[in-house]
Order: sequence, then structure tokens, then C-alpha cells
Amino acid sequence: MDLHFTTDVPTDDEREAIDAVLGPDEASSPDGAPRVAMQNRGTPERRSLVLPALHALQAREGWISPGGLNHIARRLGVPPAELFGVATFYAMFSVEKRPKTVVHVCDDVVCRVNGATEVAMACRERIGPTHEENEGLMWIKSPCLGLCERAPAVLIQKAGRGRGNETLAPATTEWIRASVEDKKLVVEPPLLVGPATGRRLLARVGVVDPMSLDAYRAHGGYAALRRAIDIGPSLTIREVKDAKLLGRGGAAFPTGVKWEAVAQQPARPHYVVCNADESEPGTFKDRVVMEGDPFALVEAMTIAGYAMAAEKGFIYLRGEYPLAKALLENAIAAARVRGFLGDNVMGAGFRFDLELRCGAGAYICGEETALFNSLEGKRGEPRNKPPFPASHGLFGKPTGINNVETLVNVNLILGMGATAYAALGTPGSTGTRLFCVSGHIERPGTYEVDCGTPLSRLLEMAGGVRPGRTIKAILLGGAAGGFIGPNELDLPLSFEAARERGVTLGSGVVAVFDQSVDLVDTLLRIAQFFRDESCGQCVPCRVGTVRQEEALHRIAQKRTLGTLGDEVKLLDEIGQVMKDASICGLGQTAASAIQSAVTRLKVFEGGA
Amino acid sequence: MSTQGYVSVDAPVRMITMDVDGRPVKVREGTTILEACKTAEIDTPTLCYASNLTPVNACRVCVVELEGARVLVPACARKAEAGMKVKTDTERVRHSRRLVLEFLGSSVDLSTASKSTHEWIATYEANPARFGADASMPPPPAASAAGETASHDRDHAEPGHHASPDVSSAATVAQAPKLDNDLYMRDYSKCILCYKCVEACGDDAQNTFAIGVAGRGFDARISTEFVVPLTDSACVYCGNCIGVCPTGALMFNTEYRMRKDGTWDESKQKVTSTICPYCGVGCDLELHVQANEIVKVTSPADNSVTSGHLCIKGRFGFSFVGNK
Ligand SMILES: Cc1cc2nc3c(=O)[nH]c(=O)nc-3n(C[C@H](O)[C@H](O)[C@H](O)COP(=O)(O)O)c2cc1C
Ligand code: SF4
Ligand code: SF4
Ligand code: SF4
Ligand code: FES
Ligand code: FES
Repeated sequence: MDLHFTTDVPTDDEREAIDAVLGPDEASSPDGAPRVAMQNRGTPERRSLVLPALHALQAREGWISPGGLNHIARRLGVPPAELFGVATFYAMFSVEKRPKTVVHVCDDVVCRVNGATEVAMACRERIGPTHEENEGLMWIKSPCLGLCERAPAVLIQKAGRGRGNETLAPATTEWIRASVEDKKLVVEPPLLVGPATGRRLLARVGVVDPMSLDAYRAHGGYAALRRAIDIGPSLTIREVKDAKLLGRGGAAFPTGVKWEAVAQQPARPHYVVCNADESEPGTFKDRVVMEGDPFALVEAMTIAGYAMAAEKGFIYLRGEYPLAKALLENAIAAARVRGFLGDNVMGAGFRFDLELRCGAGAYICGEETALFNSLEGKRGEPRNKPPFPASHGLFGKPTGINNVETLVNVNLILGMGATAYAALGTPGSTGTRLFCVSGHIERPGTYEVDCGTPLSRLLEMAGGVRPGRTIKAILLGGAAGGFIGPNELDLPLSFEAARERGVTLGSGVVAVFDQSVDLVDTLLRIAQFFRDESCGQCVPCRVGTVRQEEALHRIAQKRTLGTLGDEVKLLDEIGQVMKDASICGLGQTAASAIQSAVTRLKVFEGGA
Repeated sequence: MSTQGYVSVDAPVRMITMDVDGRPVKVREGTTILEACKTAEIDTPTLCYASNLTPVNACRVCVVELEGARVLVPACARKAEAGMKVKTDTERVRHSRRLVLEFLGSSVDLSTASKSTHEWIATYEANPARFGADASMPPPPAASAAGETASHDRDHAEPGHHASPDVSSAATVAQAPKLDNDLYMRDYSKCILCYKCVEACGDDAQNTFAIGVAGRGFDARISTEFVVPLTDSACVYCGNCIGVCPTGALMFNTEYRMRKDGTWDESKQKVTSTICPYCGVGCDLELHVQANEIVKVTSPADNSVTSGHLCIKGRFGFSFVGNK
């Protein structure tokens, strides 16, 4: 196969930034040659450097230039048209020239009731309309940045040598100004994690220095891996099964069953992957774990690799988490130096290493098969299932993929033993769970409670709504979850109770709205989110999310086609086909929050 | 439409029995539910499926109800298994098929789409206009909400951002046709994003990779790198993408011009089969002739030599002969 290139060549700067990721360029055909013969399309692992290379180019230049794209395409043996398709999939990459500093202002469901409007107004005053350059600056609105407990949140994408992205929350105009001018005024506020009693997964967060492996070990770190090595891989899996751990990423699949399925696959190699994409609006618990206790994730991944006979693991981290990225990089490097990763982990004679990869602004890449495609350097489009990841995962190989919170639970299980762990929570939902409490609430933060704790108790822990206010609605499980009303606060926070009540705990989102919220406005934002985040592969979701948003806007603007009842019925029909016929969970749940607002909150009864 | 399976002829053929609409159906192991439906003589609508391409199962018009599955499954891609129980004509199935056709009809210009597409629209009583637009009508220039919107040009849409919807009409994929070379044109207002052209240009046939899917969500589109004209792209004008396109989004310039002039008339066309004389491979060609001129060249998708795919000489060599 020949690769064909346009005449665009990279600048020296662009070449340097890309080659820093891809290694020295020893190819015989230089940039600028119109045709380059490819012996083959390169190994899949090599192709998986597409995302890191695009990140390097974007971080240096502020955009994906034609010359830079050609250079990456030539070096990795990927056709330029295909690479363009990859680059244009991600919101953090721009294929149009952009200023080197771009301010992303979160206007998602939580921030928009907690100060986002003021931040947006300040940006409009100082910079101008969104998407337009003004004196080297641009601002655009963003979906949830995973910092909801400290709303309003802002991400500043800063390109250029020696610069890097930064998040600010709560964002003030002073901080934004300081950050765009590269002044180091910003102090990271403490992680908000609720009272110390009852914290097991979060025991070290805010207590132990997240940069220090010694501090981690002094507080019980690596005891779990030691125990796993002592009992061996199959008993380790047995422990996870006996603990009845269910996945915390949303689907509540039994983790031990998944691990066993991967371990038993004859095909080699096996991979383990940590899903740290956390982009469900209202979710921030995984970020808190990674920022507060990064070594715990590294240890848990090592146990997963040991148990499932994988020598290589990947952590796929949401691209908008610069602090978690720095802390995980440090943790991985430190673990490697001290023999907790590498050819002979803890001297126990097994090999395991970890790589950190960053997403680039695409909620869909949290869907496990889309995540694999993204990691492989392809568009983050979900795959049809079956086959399932346990047999056909990353690079088509058996892969164990788990959420961050699921994984750190394994440390806890091995530390206290499966029996003691299974005694926590309820028989159907063992252990503790992290909840992301945000919105109109006195003390927003990540709260760890035993599974089965009533929602009302969780809200009490978080200080309840502000004095004089009352709860109007709670969004449970994120945009893919659903609303409940103030009459349902007795809900026990367990999988089985949620299922029985027809709600989902999803990724642990508990976004609280008091009577001041404009619910229709919230629904419009959710509909916008799904329309923006659909990968576009299948018709029910690609067009359905558009038609759903349009119908809601017609309702909100009182420009209904027919009666309000007709529009509500149309919404229901759209929701039905998305749920029934979409390829993946995004389309299948794109209508659920809106439908729940219609059926549980009666949002449109008595008019919009 | 042909529904050949993917079983190699050398493999020992095992037959399995499954249940379609209450009737037992015997099919070869390894084929799809679609094949089973065909064996049972049940017409199943398909848009993104083609016998000569890897299934992408993206359009979802072929969905059926599979006992035990939470959601509907695509007949074209789901492997048939012994004992499966499939229903093809339930209210749920009809609803999904109808809505998929309505979603496409309301957002894409289907005026030159295959005859069967229009038959399915009638069968499922799809009414695309009920969302407030009929995409085969020329759309009003997109009105963008003041100040707040990203670029409205589909070729430059930013992932993760879109203009606030215009409540007076339903969004469509309308954009100007691309006439950038002498041989064929691309009108992506007619594109249902079935991925067939990308597959035909890439791994499945041509290995040229001149085009890919760019952008995401409703803004996903077929594009060259940085939207360069085909003449600056890797395209070698094999026309295989035209051959697989189900909607007429990709069209010989001859056909495009004649349609514009109102002279295109399939009832007056004769199709002559012949062997391509240019090289020794011996590809089968179908010459579509109207008024003594070759207006289009195709090759049958089930042909053992070509699988429907040709090169520039076979595809366009004749049209030069006839037309210039
Ligand atoms: C649209 C979509 C987004 C998702 N995002 C995430 C995510 O950000 N993090 C996550 O752990 N799981 C996410 N999931 C769920 C994963 O597909 C998968 O179920 C999970 O990673 C499995 O891990 P677990 O068993 O530990 O929960 C998402 C699913 C869908 C459909
Ligand atoms: S449901 Fe939506 S996100 Fe999922 S594959 Fe289909 S278009 Fe993509
Ligand atoms: S004509 Fe051939 S090479 Fe050109 S885009 Fe179509 S399939 Fe690809
Ligand atoms: S141009 Fe034609 S073949 Fe290509 S994706 Fe669109 S409809 Fe399918
Ligand atoms: S950070 Fe703004 S809603 Fe989550
Ligand atoms: S024909 Fe089956 S999904 Fe398109």
C-alpha cells in the first residue's frame, strides 16, 4: 500500500514535539514526499501512539496543522484521511488554527446552577463571543469537567513549549486571568471527601501525600498486592468473587466473574485496562481517588494484571484531568523505580507494567469498546457486542476492563478478606460506594457510605440544602441516569433497591436541585450533551439525539408541532427507538433522564 | 439484495436450526440472522449492509427482536446460533424500523436512493415530515442563533459543539455538492453515513484510503484530510465508492449532468454485459447505455472476479469513449 500526502510539511517545532513521543525519525522518505510506500500498516501497538502524538502536536501548536498531521501519518503509517477522521473525533483537538490559550467554561447541569453563567458573562465581556479569537485568547463552553463539587469549573488549554493545561474550580475571574498569563497564583483547594469515619476507599485521601510511595506504604500500601502474591492468581480471583464486588462504572457487572473469564482465555497476550475516562456529567469520584491516592490505583492494576495473567496494563484517563495525570505519572514512575512495576514485581517473579494514556474530550470513549478503539488510535466508536472484551478486547485480545473505583475496592477486599468485605453493605450490594454529591447542597463532595445507606442520610452528611430552600429534584446516576423527586429520599443506595424503584445509581451521581432550578433548562442541557457526544455511528442515536433536542426546544419556546401532548408523545417515540435500536449505552440511555422528568417529575404537566 | 454469508467454501458446512417468527429455519452455521430471514422468505430492510463489504451494522434498519436480549439486534451482523428465537414483525421492531427511516428521511435527501428504500418507507408507513422537515425539499439556509454558535458549515463542524436548534425546521445534512474532478461528484446532502464508500476505498477493496469518516455525532461526515479536493487526495478514481453508495450521493458526472438537465431516464437505458478489455484480469462490466451513449459503468456485486469493484480504466474508460 502507498500512502499519499498533500504538500503540507511540518515546522521544525511540530516535528520536534511529535518525534519526542514517537522516537527519532529514521525513515528514508522525508516529509513532503507525495507518495510513501508502506510495507505494512505497522503493529497495532505502534498505531496506538496516534493519540499521544496528536496530543503532543495540539499541546505545542494549539491545533492539528496539515503539516503536523502529515508527519504523524507518515511516521505511523496511517492514511492522512483516516487520521483526520480520528483528530476530528475529539473536542480537545482542533483542525482549524486556534489561539494558544483556550478557556473551556463548564456550563453543564451542576455548574449552570452554581455560577457558570457569571463566569461565561465575564468571559464574554473580556474576550468576546464564544469560538472567536481575541488577542490570542478564545473561550468556549464545555460539558461537565468532573469538578462539580467545586463548581463553577473551567479548563484552560494552554499550548506552547513549557505550558500545560490547567483546571480551575471554583473559577474566579482573577484566577482565569492569572492562568492565561501563566502566573502561578492558583492554589489547589483541598479534596472534599466528607467525614473521616467510615472512609475505607478514601481513607488515605487528604491524609497521605499523593506524591510519596513511602507515605503510601507507611499507610498500608502494597499489603494487598503482597497478599495476592501469597495466595496466587486463582485464589485472588476467588476473593474478588466471594466479596461479590459489582462494577462501579455503571453496569454493575460482577468483577470476579469478569476476571475469571479473562484469566481462562487461551489467547495471548492478555491486557488489563482501567477505565478512568469519567465523563458522565456530575461524576468526579474517580478523579478524587486518583488525585488523593494515585498509588492505590497502580497497586490495584498490578493485582488485576497478576490475577488475569496480563503483563501490560493501560490507564485510560480523561483528557481534562491534568492534575490526576501528573500524579499518576509520578506514581507509575516511582513504582517502576522501586520494583513495584517491571520485570520482577516485588521480587515475586512476574512481569507487569503500566502505561497512562489520555483521552481528548469524548464522553463516548468511556464506553469500554469505544475506549479500546480510542486507545488503538482509531475513532472512538463503540463496537458491536458480542464479542465481549473478555475474549476480544484491546487489540482484539482478552482484556479485563474496570472502573477506577471498582479496582481500588480490590485492595480493600484483599486487605480485609472477602468475608469481612461482603459483610459491609447489603447482601446484594456489598462494600461501600462513592457518591458524587453536588448542586444545591451545603457541603458538596465525594462521600463514601456503606451500600444500602438511605439517600436521605447521604444528603444529611452533606449538610442538606441551603437554609430556607427545599429539594425539587435529584439527578441520580448522571445524564444517563434519571431524576427522582423529593418524595423518594428514603431510597436505599443499593443496586437492588434502585432497580426495584426503576432508577439507576450509575456512576454515583447525586446532583441536588432546589426549587430555584429551571428544570426545562436542565433538560435542554442534557439533550444538548447527548447530541454533542453521540459518536454518530448509528442512526437511532445520531439523528434521535437531534430530534429529541429539537422537540424539547419547541416545547420550551412554546412552538410545538401540534399540542404539547403530541410533542411529549413524539419524545417518547424517539426515546423508544434510541433505547431499543442503538448500538451502545449512550444511545440506549440518551432519553432516560428526560423521560424520567416527564414521568416522575411531571415536568410538562400544566405546560412547560 | 444478495445475502451471501462469510463461510469459506472449503469449510465443512454445518446446518443449524433456529426459529424465525415461529417457524423453524435451517441455515449454515456462521451466517447471520439476515440469512435466516432470507431463507424464511422474510423481507428485511437493509441500508448499510452489502454482501461484498464487512458489516458495520450502523443504520439499524434491519433490527429484529431476539428472545433473551434486552435490546433489538441487527440481523445483518448478528451471527445465527442454534436455538435462537427471532421475531421480525413485532410492534417494537416495526417502531424501530419506522423511526430509523423517518430519521433518515427527515435529515437526508433520499430522492435518488434505491427503489427498495422507498418501498420500505411505504411498508413501514414512515412519515419523515412529522419532525418538521422533509429533507428531499431544498432546505432554508441554516439560521444560526446569534453569537453563541460554532461554525454551521458541516465540513468544519467542531466536535462537541453545535448551534442551538432552530425550532422552525428539523436539522438536515444539507450542503453544497462537491464538483472537484472530471469523473464523479459527491453530494453529501444525500449521505446516510453507511460507511460503505470508506470500506470500499479502504481495507475491503481498494486499499487507497482517500476518504474517511470525520467529525462525530450528527456532524459526522465523509471527508478527505482537511477537506482537500479529490484531486489533491489519494483518490485514484476507481469509482468503487460510487458502486457501493446506496443513495446516489456519489454519482458519475455524466449522470449528475443529465439529471440536472432532466435527460436522465432509466427506462430508456439498456444494460449490456461485457468483459473489460484494458488488462488481463477480465473484469465483468455492465454498460448502462442511454441514447447510444455509455452513461454509467457498474460491475455486479456478486461477481466472482470483481465483487463489484473495478479500476479507473474499466469504470471510466468507456465513458470517455462514449461521451467526449
Ligand atoms: C456512554 C458510556 C460512557 C461510559 N463511561 C464510563 C466511564 O467514564 N468510566 C467507567 O468506568 N465506565 C464507563 N462506562 C461503562 C463501561 O462501558 C464499562 O461498563 C465499565 O468500564 C466496566 O467497568 P466496571 O465493571 O468496573 O464497572 C460507560 C458506558 C457508556 C455506555
Ligand atoms: S448509540 Fe450513539 S454513541 Fe453509541 S454507537 Fe450509536 S451513535 Fe455511537
Ligand atoms: S474513486 Fe476509488 S480511490 Fe477514489 S475515493 Fe472512491 S473508492 Fe477511493
Ligand atoms: S457517500 Fe454513499 S456510500 Fe458513502 S457513506 Fe454516504 S451514503 Fe454511504
Ligand atoms: S464540572 Fe461543571 S457540571 Fe461537572
Ligand atoms: S443493514 Fe443492518 S445495521 Fe444497517
